[in-house]
Amino acid sequence: MQDEVTQLFLEQALNGLQFGLMLFLLAAGLTLVFGIMDCINLAHGSLYMVGAYLVAAAAQAADSFWIGLGAGVAGAAVLGLLLELSLFRQLYKRDHLSQVLATFALILIANEAVRIVWGAQPVMLNPPDALSGPVEIAGFFYPAYRLVIIAFGLAVAGLLYLLVAKSRIGMWVRAGASNREMTEALGINVQGLFTAVFVFGAALCALAGGLLGPLLAVQVGMGESVLILAFVVIIIGGIGSIRGALVGSLIVGSVDTLGRALLPTLLRATLPADAASTLGPALASILIYLLMAGILFFKPQGLFPARA
Amino acid sequence: MSLRLTALAAALMLAGSVHAADKIKVGFVSTLSGPGAGLGVDIRDGFNLAMKRLNGKLGDLPAEVLIADDQQSPDIAKQTADKFLKKDKVDFMTGIVFSNIMLAVGPTVFENKTFYISANAGPSQYAGEQCNPYFFNVAWQNDNLHEAVGKIVQDKGFKNVVIVTPNYPGGKDAVSGFKRYYKGVVAEEVYTKLGQLDYAAELAQIRNLKPDALFFFLPGGMGINFVKQFVSAGLSRDTQLFAPGFSADEDVIKAVGAPMMGMFNSSHWAHDMENAENKRFVADFEKEYKRLPSLYASQGYDAALMMDAAVRDVKGNVDDKKALQKALEAKRFKSVRGDFKFNSNHYPVQNYYLRAIGKDAQGRVTNKTMGTIFTNHADAYVAQCKMK
Repeated sequence: MQDEVTQLFLEQALNGLQFGLMLFLLAAGLTLVFGIMDCINLAHGSLYMVGAYLVAAAAQAADSFWIGLGAGVAGAAVLGLLLELSLFRQLYKRDHLSQVLATFALILIANEAVRIVWGAQPVMLNPPDALSGPVEIAGFFYPAYRLVIIAFGLAVAGLLYLLVAKSRIGMWVRAGASNREMTEALGINVQGLFTAVFVFGAALCALAGGLLGPLLAVQVGMGESVLILAFVVIIIGGIGSIRGALVGSLIVGSVDTLGRALLPTLLRATLPADAASTLGPALASILIYLLMAGILFFKPQGLFPARA
Repeated sequence: MSLRLTALAAALMLAGSVHAADKIKVGFVSTLSGPGAGLGVDIRDGFNLAMKRLNGKLGDLPAEVLIADDQQSPDIAKQTADKFLKKDKVDFMTGIVFSNIMLAVGPTVFENKTFYISANAGPSQYAGEQCNPYFFNVAWQNDNLHEAVGKIVQDKGFKNVVIVTPNYPGGKDAVSGFKRYYKGVVAEEVYTKLGQLDYAAELAQIRNLKPDALFFFLPGGMGINFVKQFVSAGLSRDTQLFAPGFSADEDVIKAVGAPMMGMFNSSHWAHDMENAENKRFVADFEKEYKRLPSLYASQGYDAALMMDAAVRDVKGNVDDKKALQKALEAKRFKSVRGDFKFNSNHYPVQNYYLRAIGKDAQGRVTNKTMGTIFTNHADAYVAQCKMK
């Protein structure tokens, strides 16, 4: 029995890690664009949706998930480039309200465009056959595909750390964010740098969309529900901070998963049955927002403010 | 100037009075955008297909179908319905997918003495105490498909069941419908957040509970997420999946594919039903839209046929409301689901069938009818209905 409880806890911890890392892929791009370019991009979720559709379409055409993933990510990067050059470049200098309006319009346009191209019904995207079942680790079964997501998430986190903290480009990005004029005066092409960051964010979105497609419904509007969570993550973590996005993602992922797993059981032990069954799910679903409110109360700038 | 306006107004009024006599107008308000759009689009396509078959006429009169999107919002649906009723003076309304929207729009429609033919939403309120002469449901009462699943889980001898559903009124109704006919042990009722993406926590809990069957009602994308994750967690080896037809029709199958094979579900209609009407409907639908119809499409199709038969019955005199109500109640059209009749609360009394997902002769993953669960089944609320 003791063994079973430990295993269940381990499995839930792994679930929390996986959910957190998936949020990180989205939050990383969002926090860079928001924090470094000071641009609120509500259409970040639309890039995630379009990315997932592109991956699904390419995977079906090529009959291979991995080719589809590569092609879809490349396609989303190109789309990101076009968007940055045509629209976002005009938005950086404007106030947040204009940015919110413009990117909200983009959400509507993206949803309609996807519906016109792929139809209103969800499309199919399944994992490669070899990864479609569970594998046994430490005495319990865990979906192989979720392990792949964990691996991708960790790899992206490591890559981003190296890129932002150790590389010259990362240094430019941080410099451009803290003082744009000074950085430009030093001879660095900040505009080109911003384009690169935006394109990179779009590619990460598509990677998240493509990787999650086999676990989630690839459908119109899939971006909005995830976008809210990504915003919670970057607010908790501190806007503009990659480290904050990683920590925030892991906190949100674990609290949400463990809350859903443990709260109903805990409440049942302490409250009458019918009160517990009403309160448990309700409380579990608002837990991350309570957490956000709590963190903002003590740290209004988030856990790792980018401009301390 | 004012003379011209008066003349214009007179002409418009004349045009208005002529309309009622020789033309039938239908107001179709449905969810055509957003995450729930797949359902509304199928109802619309089914309805339009029937209109095409009827050469654009209802009861031999030229018909005009006004189509509008409610964006899954009760407010927008109500505004649109108001416009259709007061400005366009429609003779019928139909199309609403979701029960909460139906309940918001219903009172305006009934007050206006316009017949609403529901092609999907079947709230218990309108089946019981708030039943209304102007409301007909051509599909089912919301609980019916859940009751059918409860019955089949009971009959197949499953003893230990976990139920998964979102924490909202529709989810609670599903549980009560299921438990009305399933009498065994419910190991756990798992209530999830509406719109939940990740089910890993619930799946770990289910693995721990080791149920022999699992009943889930997760509308739209939630169900797709759940089935994909359930299968990849390897739980389908020990636990048999059951769901109402909504969570296992062509729209969901198209998005999930092979992992859905072996799943059981309930429905009042299936695309492989052997009757001439249905064969024609399925063949025409595939030809027109290049996909298999879902139960929603069949309901939209039936709604149009029902209006057609009733208008013909009253010889186009749709302003005689009593006669039109009688004609609708008489149900003279041939439904694609085979024969059924209307109960005193204007909800169907009909058969419910067991379907299993597998591969058909052409190698497509799709539903196959396995047998009958209920014969001439009525809903649980009809006794509370005092129809005027």
